[in-house]
This record gives sequence, C-alpha cells and structure tokens, in this order.
Amino acid sequence: MNVPLYEKIWMWAAGVLIVAFLTTIAVGVAGSALQPPSHVETIDPATVWSDARFAKRGVTVDEHGATVVLIAMMFAYQPAEIHVPANRPVTFRITSADVTHGFEIVGTNGNTMVVPGYVSQFTTTFRTPGEYLIVCNEYCGLSHHLMSAKLIVEGGAQP
Amino acid sequence: MTRSDRLSLAHLWVAILAFGAASAMAFMQALSRASLDLPWRSAKMYYLSVTAHGVLMALVFTTFFIMAFGYVVVSRTLDQEPTGLNLAWTGFWVALAGTAMAAFAILTGRATVLYTFYPPLQAHPLFYIGLTLVIVGSWCWGVVMLLSYRTWRRARPDRPAPLAMHGMIATVLVWFIATIGVATEVLVQLIPWSLGWTKTVDPVLARMLFWYFGHPLVYFWLLPAYVIWYTVLPRHVGGKLFSDPLARLVFALFIIFSTPVGFHHQFMDPGVSAGWKLLHTFLTFAILFPSFITAFTVTASLEVAGRTQGATGLLDWIGKLPWRDPLFSSVALSMILFAVGGIGGAINASFGMNAVVHNTAFIQGHFHLTVGSAVALTFMGAAYWLVPRLSGRELELGLLARVQPYLWFIGMMLFSFSNHITGLMGMPRRIYDASYGGSTVAAAWRGLTGVSALGGVFLFASALFFMLVMIGTGLAGKRTAAAPIEWAEPLHPVAPGRTVFDRYWLWTGVAVALVLIAYAYPLWIHLQMPRFGSPGFKPF
Repeated sequence: MNVPLYEKIWMWAAGVLIVAFLTTIAVGVAGSALQPPSHVETIDPATVWSDARFAKRGVTVDEHGATVVLIAMMFAYQPAEIHVPANRPVTFRITSADVTHGFEIVGTNGNTMVVPGYVSQFTTTFRTPGEYLIVCNEYCGLSHHLMSAKLIVEGGAQP
Repeated sequence: MTRSDRLSLAHLWVAILAFGAASAMAFMQALSRASLDLPWRSAKMYYLSVTAHGVLMALVFTTFFIMAFGYVVVSRTLDQEPTGLNLAWTGFWVALAGTAMAAFAILTGRATVLYTFYPPLQAHPLFYIGLTLVIVGSWCWGVVMLLSYRTWRRARPDRPAPLAMHGMIATVLVWFIATIGVATEVLVQLIPWSLGWTKTVDPVLARMLFWYFGHPLVYFWLLPAYVIWYTVLPRHVGGKLFSDPLARLVFALFIIFSTPVGFHHQFMDPGVSAGWKLLHTFLTFAILFPSFITAFTVTASLEVAGRTQGATGLLDWIGKLPWRDPLFSSVALSMILFAVGGIGGAINASFGMNAVVHNTAFIQGHFHLTVGSAVALTFMGAAYWLVPRLSGRELELGLLARVQPYLWFIGMMLFSFSNHITGLMGMPRRIYDASYGGSTVAAAWRGLTGVSALGGVFLFASALFFMLVMIGTGLAGKRTAAAPIEWAEPLHPVAPGRTVFDRYWLWTGVAVALVLIAYAYPLWIHLQMPRFGSPGFKPF
C-alpha cells in the first residue's frame, strides 16, 4: 500500500500517542494499583435488610481505617449521613434493595454503580476534611434527582 | 423517481420527523436542568421525554437515516436497484411499526426507562417488542445491502467494491455482530420478564449484553458519516480523495475493533472483574487509530480542493472552501466538534480515571459532540444535499440552511463545554433538577447549567431551521431536474484489482475471533457464579 510521506508520519505519531495513553494507564495499574471498583460478590436482593453482611449498616473504625456499609434504595441511602476519618483508607460496601443506583461522592473519585444482586466495594482515602455530597448518578425513577446523602470527613488521625 | 429513490426518501422522512420531535424534547430538558420553572415542567415529563429523546435520536433518527443512505449508495455506486426491494419495504414497515409501538409505550408513561432501559426498571412489553421490531427492520436492510453487493460482484468478479459501498458493507457487518447482544438481552431476558413469564432477571448480565451492543452502535452511526466525509465531501467541494487505500483500511479496522470494547461502559460496575475491563481498555484505544487516519485523510482532501482553486499559502486553502454551502459547513464544523469529542472519549476510556466522570454531565457533554455533532450534523448537512437530488425539488429557504450548521456549532459549544465542566464538578447526568435541596456543592453548578440551557436555545433554533427547510422543500420545493449524486475520485490512481480489503469474510472472521476472546470467557465465568435475579420495578 502506497502511503504518502506526511500521512506516514501522522500515522506513526498517532500510534505513539495511543501507546503513550496506554502506558499511563498501565503505570497507574502496576504502580499504584489504580483500578475501577470491580468487586465480584453476589447477594440475594430480596433479603438484603436481613443478610448478615448488611444487617448492621454504618461506619466501623479500626486501626487499619474505616468500613462503611450502606444500602441504596428508591430514593435514599441508608444511613443518610456518614462520618469517616481523614487520611485513613475507607472501604465502602454497598448494595441495592431495589433498582440499579449510582453512588458518587461529589468532588472525589469515589464512584460506583450499585446493582441489585451484587455488592459494590471500593477503597479510597479522603485527604481533605469537610462535608461532601453523595448523589445517585444512575436514573432510578421519578425522584432520582432527590436521592442524596451526606459524608463528613473528620480531621486528624483520630476521629 | 426511481423505485430505489422512493425507498430512500420514505426512510429519510421518518428520520427527519423523528429528529424534529426529539429536538423539541431536548429543548425542554435543557431548560429543566437549569431549574427554569416552565408551566408544564414536572419530573414525570422530564424523565419521559429523556426516554423519548434518546430512543428517537439514537435509534430511530440514526437507523432510518442510515438505511436511506445505504440504499442511495447501492443505487448510485453499484448502478442497480437494491436486490430484494420487497424485503427492503418489509424492513421499512416493520421498523416503522416498531417505532410506533415503542413511542406509544413511552408517551403513555409506561416505559420511562431511558434509552438504555437497564433492568430491573421494567417497561411495558410493547416498548421492548417495538424496539425489537426496529432492529428486525434494520436486519432486513442489512440483508438487502449484502444481497445487492453480491449481485453486483457476480457480474464484476475482479472489481473492488466502490469505496462508499465498502464503507456501508462495514457498517452492515458491524451492525449484524453488534445487534446479537441486544437481541439476546431483549428476547431472552426482558420480553419474557415484562410479560410475567419469568420472575427475575440478572441486571449485570443485561448490562453486559446491552454494552456488547451499545458501543458498536456508536460506530454504526459514525461509519455512514465517515462514508460521507470520504466519498461525498471531497468531490462536493471540488477536490479529490487524498488516499483511497487508507480509507479502505479504516473501514476494515472498524469491522474488527468495534465490538470487543463494551466493558469500558461498565468500569464502575460490580460483578465484572478488573482484568477484563483492562483488556477492553486496550482494545478501545486501538479504535482511536482509524479515526486519527480519518482526520488526516479528510483534511488533506479538503486541502487538495482549496489548492485546486488557487490557494498557494500554508493555510489560505481553508478560506477557499465553500463555507456558505450547508453540506460542507455541516461536515467541517462537525469534524471540529468531533476532534474535541474524540479526546474526551479517550478520557472516558482511561480505566481508573473514568471514576471522575462516570455518569456525570461530562458524559452527556461528550456524546453530544460525537453522535450529537459528528453524526447528527453530518446527517443534517447530507439531507440538504440528498433530498433535492432524490426528490427533484429545489432546496427551499436556503438562507436558513446556510445559517443552521453555525447555530448548531455555537449551541453545541455552549451546551457541551458547560456540561463537561459541571461533570468534572460532579453533577450527575440525566437529572430533572440540579439543586439537591439547596446544597452548596450543587449551587456551584448553577451558572453553568444556565449556559447549557442557552446552548439548548441555539440548538433548538438550529433544529427548527432544519425542519423548516426540509418540510418547505418536501412540500413546496420547485420541481426541477435533479442534480446528479457524485462520488469523490481518488487523488492517486488506484490499482484496478480486488485487494485484501474486499475480503469481507476474513475481516468478519477476525472480528468474531476478537469478540470471542473479549466476551466468551467473561460471560461464561459470569454464568457460573451463584447469581440472584431481580424482580421488575416501575417507579415512574
């Protein structure tokens, strides 16, 4: 195939750019274990309220950090207000009692789908104390835009 | 008028009317997001109209336009009527009946599930059956396209497919491979469930099947636009196609890379492990490559046109191009918007980084530059060119047609850029109101949702101009001898024989192999897990 010189240069440049993009992703994956929330765990959506994993909801803090257990439902999160420590890893475990929801902590990279029948889990660390808005970002019915919760990140190592 | 042109025009009119209806809904939505209290504003109307807008734009407008254009390519590059005209008309009526059924379900409030219809949101069965019929109609079209090519090739065994036909064959092959996913989802999971024959569905499996279809759907829209950029535009502006073989390579690459990329829409999903998401990330980036080639080849073809008309400097060829011609300005402006949209797409596809933008307004900002501009604006420009040539009527209200692409461009800049920024600030997409009970975080989005609404005003004016021109031309355009439909010649002579690019079985085989690698194993693993289905919900 006869490719004109300038186009050849362009194609090489495009190839290099794509490889560069992929390299940055690969470095993030290998170096910082950066990955999207991809936890694989199933749960019966009919019994989430009594399931041992979700019967006790809220925040548990230990020496490693905090674990937050939540249920998303039309059109709220339970619990609706969460307090976690700053600068410590916080693991969120969330499932849905009805339809598919989203869970997005505005202004951070905390973001996951919440799908009935599955447990979403991700770990992140909040560096800046303060109040954060949690919103549902997956359409879940006519009051979808009202579905929100509050996250309070408390300063210092000791909550 | 030939039988083939009548067929094309019937499809075109459905596309144009669907576009008009969907635009009016979009206008209302943009105002609602900015919390402008209009008398008919309600959450029920908002989510219903988002559903209708998505279905009409993404499935009806695009599919009918692409079917129309496919028949034009058959009749004007193969110089024959489509093989199987009866099947073609059957496809038209089936898809139209499906559209009517889905529209009935949506407009009566029985299917407010958005165009992605994720279960366990459950729509009325007519919604799913209607959408299935739209797809079945498009399959009839796909079969007619391939049969027409076979008829042509049998008479000319040594000739390569005309480039436009090559691009449309790629479109059909992508479509056949892609629709297997959504057909499985709807026929096996959703229709029996919505009829009450089964009690539950697995929502993550449904999402996998939907996005197996949902991303190649993007290329089903985009490839016909590329066909217009490569094979119509250079001739239309008085130039030549810069590189014929590279254009063929581009379409072949889309056949193989379009489908095995769907997990990049599910980065934030539980139940899908990170390794498979990473594989799909790599394949997603591979598909940037043919679009990079397209950016070069089409721009170089335009430069050839400018220089043919006497330009000698570095950039003065740009000024020689016919910026007052609505087909040219539509495509040129859509290419500029698409360049931005393409880079945004690379951000969305960047694995971990997706967490910052997933399901935020950034996404709607992104795809209104790609499908909403690269595709929709190109199709509108092409309609100005096609309708007079097919119907033998002069274009009416030419001044509106000339202004319309620029209005779209301005409107889309305002709408899309403001949504990209509010998305980065965390505003979700698809929300009726963005105030969150007076939250201070949400208050920061307020000015930009106003800019987005202003963009909506420009876009609606643009859509209105387009509809006036089209309806004026269709009903009152002066009858005249139709101008010919002409295709671009390559700048450099092309070797006459068939090449590897004409070996469609080979490309299809590679595509299927990649699909198996990217999907068969993760799907199999998924089906092995103990899974719990979900009953249906109708919170609308």
